Amino acid sequence: MAHAYTSKEMMALTAGRLVNNGDVLFAGTGLSMLAAAVAKRIHAPQAVVFFETGGIDPALKELPLAVGDPRVMAGTCMNSGLIDAFSLLGHRRLRTIAFLGAAQIDPFGNINSTCLGDYHRPKVRFPGSGGGCDAASLAFGVILFMQQEKKRFVEKVDYLTSVGWLRGGDSRWEAGYKRGGPMAVVTNLGVMKFDEQSRRMYLAACYPGVTPAQVAENTGFALDLTRAEESLPPSEEELTILRRDVDPQRLILGPAAE
Amino acid sequence: MRASIDLKDKLMSAEEAVRRFVKDGDMIALGGFTVNRNTMVIAREIIRQERRELHLVMHSNGQAMDLLVGAGAVSRLELAYGGNGRFAPTCIRFRKAVQAGHVQVEDYSNFHMSLRFLAGALNLPFIPSCSGFESDVLNQQGFGPEVRGRGRIPSHKAVITDNPFSPDREPVVLLPALTPDVALIHAQLVGEDGTVRIKGLTFLDIEQAKAASRVIVTCEEVVPSAFLRQDPDQNSLPPFLVDAVVQAPFGAHPTACHYYYDYDPRHLNMYRQVAGDDNDFRTYLKEWVFGVADHEAYLAKVGVSDLMRIKANSSLGYAPGLDRR
Repeated sequence: MAHAYTSKEMMALTAGRLVNNGDVLFAGTGLSMLAAAVAKRIHAPQAVVFFETGGIDPALKELPLAVGDPRVMAGTCMNSGLIDAFSLLGHRRLRTIAFLGAAQIDPFGNINSTCLGDYHRPKVRFPGSGGGCDAASLAFGVILFMQQEKKRFVEKVDYLTSVGWLRGGDSRWEAGYKRGGPMAVVTNLGVMKFDEQSRRMYLAACYPGVTPAQVAENTGFALDLTRAEESLPPSEEELTILRRDVDPQRLILGPAAE
Repeated sequence: MRASIDLKDKLMSAEEAVRRFVKDGDMIALGGFTVNRNTMVIAREIIRQERRELHLVMHSNGQAMDLLVGAGAVSRLELAYGGNGRFAPTCIRFRKAVQAGHVQVEDYSNFHMSLRFLAGALNLPFIPSCSGFESDVLNQQGFGPEVRGRGRIPSHKAVITDNPFSPDREPVVLLPALTPDVALIHAQLVGEDGTVRIKGLTFLDIEQAKAASRVIVTCEEVVPSAFLRQDPDQNSLPPFLVDAVVQAPFGAHPTACHYYYDYDPRHLNMYRQVAGDDNDFRTYLKEWVFGVADHEAYLAKVGVSDLMRIKANSSLGYAPGLDRR
């Protein structure tokens, strides 16, 4: 029988499913904390979460609301600082997977978390790169969170904060990057991935009840829909762990499903 | 300045620390990170003493930066991130000031800013990085050519060149060092000799302090030197790098201080409400900055029940079960 759930719950669980046991996860604020926390509790207990502030493998008994939250310092294997965290992010021995979110994304997974409009006199100012540009540059792979809307999925971002597959093909490597690149975009409607050759975004999966046409309607550029599968709905176990253990105050999940 | 290891010369009020060590137009490094260990006591005192044209440099800061920008004390910022986590994903007065063109901003990434402070701390002129090729973080200039190369502003935001040690044409990003006039740090403990101990994550505070010409440390407690010297592995800064020590319990409020108190969700939510409106924000400054003569008066205004609500558990370091909605 189907359970009622929200798109935020589905996003957190979908991103959590992309985590492998043993991954080293670079988590930011918001949904990425949920994804990491839920994956650790369900199928990837050996996954290690660390934060750019320097907290490595915290217990995460309570959900941090910022990467500077004291909850990222509790029950860690060690507490350090930013220099140490960045030494792990790009470490050649580690397959670090970074979670990032943004205001805008283009067909090659380049993202904007800095501003809308002209940089010098922006219409809307956002917080800025933080460690986003660095994670996009140095991590082994990146998982992106986005709200799927035409104004957010755009041909060209107003400001390129964090580089993805740049102009597609080999352009990322030609620019000087040694590894990395976005692996998946998890949205409120489904999951996009990137073609192995062209590096252009395609629709990989729709959530139950969402059609590929709906995804296309909410995307501001042409999207290959031919490879779309249907995601599995959340299991009762996943929902229970997410709601009861990970975010009982619904600090990030927001209002519950009707 | 001659090195001193006697706290008697350094222990002072916030009023004296700002009067003596913060000047109009100074480049000021803000320690802490978003909702943690912001030097709020000094930020409020800078506003009270009406310092102007400050140039703030930081990796990621929240409340101190937003309050200083909102009060009109700041003309320039170099930063990677201005946010307060879920309480203000983008700092609200910062956002308004940037959108209105009231401040000039130069964006970098957190790694860039960390390296720039590290370079300053090591007395290096610049430092290489491999982060941000072909991003607008490197391609777009916030500071115009009219200010580049003048005063404290380096002639270039960043320079991309070939790695001279590689036979291949590998690009590398060179970033200018940061040597702020003043670093503002909030620590848990300072010894009677001026030794500083930061507990929990140190963020970039140690590098920021070492890069600066003057260092103001506010602290939760002053403790006997012997206590910090029993376990020197845990200490963060030697006494002779610190110019002013201000004893200020709850000195980072409404941001957190590990093992002492959590961030204050009620205050941060209230701040989010008032920061969105110019008049309400002026009232906030009048009540919470100009209306309180010193830190003791500020804490009295916060009130015992809110301070007890955020009191940290001494094992976990935060306030478990705190209503953070």
